[in-house]
Amino acid sequence: MTYAIETEGLVKRYGDTTALAGIDLRSEAGTVLGLLGPNGAGKTTMVRALATLIKPDAGIARVGGFDTVRQAQDVRRLIGLTGQYASVDEEMTGFENLLLLGRLLDLPRAEAKARARELLARFDLTEAGGRSPDTYSGGMRRRLDLAASLVGRPSFLYLDEPTTGLDPRSRGDVWQMIRDLVRDEGVTVLLTTQYLDEADHLANDIVVIDHGRVIANGTSDELKAQIGGRSLEVRPVDPTRLPDVVELLREIAGREPFVEDERGQATVAVSDEDVLPVVVRRLDEAGIRVNEFTLQLPSLDEVFLTITGHRSQESAERDDGADPKRKAA
Amino acid sequence: MTTTTVRPADPSATPPPAHKPAAHRNDPSAVVRHTLTLTWRSLVKLKKQSEQLIDLTLQPILFIVMFVYLFGGAIEGSTHDYLQFVLPGIMVQTVVFASVGTGVGLCTDMSTGVFDRFRSLPISRLAPLAGTVLGDVLRFLVAITSVFVFGTIIGFRFHTNVLAVAAAVGLVLIFAFAFCWVVALLGVSMKQPRTVQGVSFLMMFPLTFGSNLFAKTSTMPGWLQAWVKVNPVTAVTNASRGLLTGGPVAHHAMVALLWALGLMLVFIPLTVRQYNRRA
Repeated sequence: MTYAIETEGLVKRYGDTTALAGIDLRSEAGTVLGLLGPNGAGKTTMVRALATLIKPDAGIARVGGFDTVRQAQDVRRLIGLTGQYASVDEEMTGFENLLLLGRLLDLPRAEAKARARELLARFDLTEAGGRSPDTYSGGMRRRLDLAASLVGRPSFLYLDEPTTGLDPRSRGDVWQMIRDLVRDEGVTVLLTTQYLDEADHLANDIVVIDHGRVIANGTSDELKAQIGGRSLEVRPVDPTRLPDVVELLREIAGREPFVEDERGQATVAVSDEDVLPVVVRRLDEAGIRVNEFTLQLPSLDEVFLTITGHRSQESAERDDGADPKRKAA
Repeated sequence: MTTTTVRPADPSATPPPAHKPAAHRNDPSAVVRHTLTLTWRSLVKLKKQSEQLIDLTLQPILFIVMFVYLFGGAIEGSTHDYLQFVLPGIMVQTVVFASVGTGVGLCTDMSTGVFDRFRSLPISRLAPLAGTVLGDVLRFLVAITSVFVFGTIIGFRFHTNVLAVAAAVGLVLIFAFAFCWVVALLGVSMKQPRTVQGVSFLMMFPLTFGSNLFAKTSTMPGWLQAWVKVNPVTAVTNASRGLLTGGPVAHHAMVALLWALGLMLVFIPLTVRQYNRRA
């Protein structure tokens, strides 16, 4: 009895830096596992270990029942990898990039060509296929990258921050393509992301990691319940009314709002969406007009604040300047 | 960690990959096939790298002009005689210099996601490296053609036959293939392409100028003669001279081929090991 992807006590060190400090993960076939964390949390290291690109210093990782170290070649037959940065050749056309991979995966020439055309069509790149990726937009590059990882019809797909740096529309397109893939081909996906909403949209299960450790896991709903549902942002037209807004939110939500004076706005976590009409009515009664009134998923920072009691950024600065991969988020 | 209450996720339930697992990592025919596919990649990329083609064509011409007309008279007393002497040498020097590009290119490639993807494929780790090197060596044909064409225009004459000329080109390419692995090791070991370029060029000067490529060994001081005589570039140059303009070949060619074999035996495994480590 095995999980599709399974790791036990995975450890990876680079010099004095511990990128993975003992990670346990499990995912079932045909599901999307979201690995959520800030820059430098160890997400990419995790993907590289599962893609057989690096050997862990301790612990075990199995993909499709195969050990990523002892049976690396078997694992490589099952996986498709989409890196954080588009991993395609600039000096070849989109079509040639896909053809190359088909040939390396031992497809006969005609079949490799047919597969390349099929994937270009599927990712809306038929016209762009004859051009070099350096003429592509960010979204087109990601799509080509995604197509490239699918040439060998992998059972496992690793997506390392597939939408980082994309505009909202391209982001939505990539999300839709990932959902279609899971639905149509039953691939098992490991997705890393810095965005809670991305994990929320795509992942069945979410594992939150920081400093190479799992700090929370569960379904999106479980996680949201744990961090207090959604957050309500209110920005009054008249900044001098902000204290009144804060007072009002505190009373209704029963929590201490987070105040950003320079933006003139107050945010409070709400566990129950029923409070919304109440807030609207009370604001109206108090004669406070608002510029902004939004209900949204908590940001990754708020997730961290709730789970760990510290903000991810501050923790990065406080705990180590040692991690070379950690950048300002 | 207990796994007693797991829900089964049978990996055999997932659709089998389209590519049949025939290509095992150590299957030599698969290694050759994948290497040739990656050689194709290298040649396709050349189409887009026109500045490289210009480099490969013009650099040997500049060297020929410089040596023949600037130093030829001083060294040999006649630019025409010197052209006959130096042209086979410039062919060798051109490919040895061009090998720097292999190291720089590999170093650049290593930092891109493309090589990560190659590493995640069920292919030999040798194939991406060998494909790159082989592709580069085929590019050297452009440079050698440039040497021959320009040399002939300004008066170089082949004194042998077509087979001998082909043999000279073959020998130079075999040596270039072997020598590229030395630079390739630098390419996969160093972080910065610029460092690779700097260190490689430091290596090129004693190898090319410290040979009998530009001047006869007998004109040099004893300590330099000692180096020139063990320098593999001297052996390749001697054999090429024999094959293009006449003279003894067999011994020099044998020494050159043994050097090539030795370089490959040492540097191919070292490069692959370093490539595996730097993940």
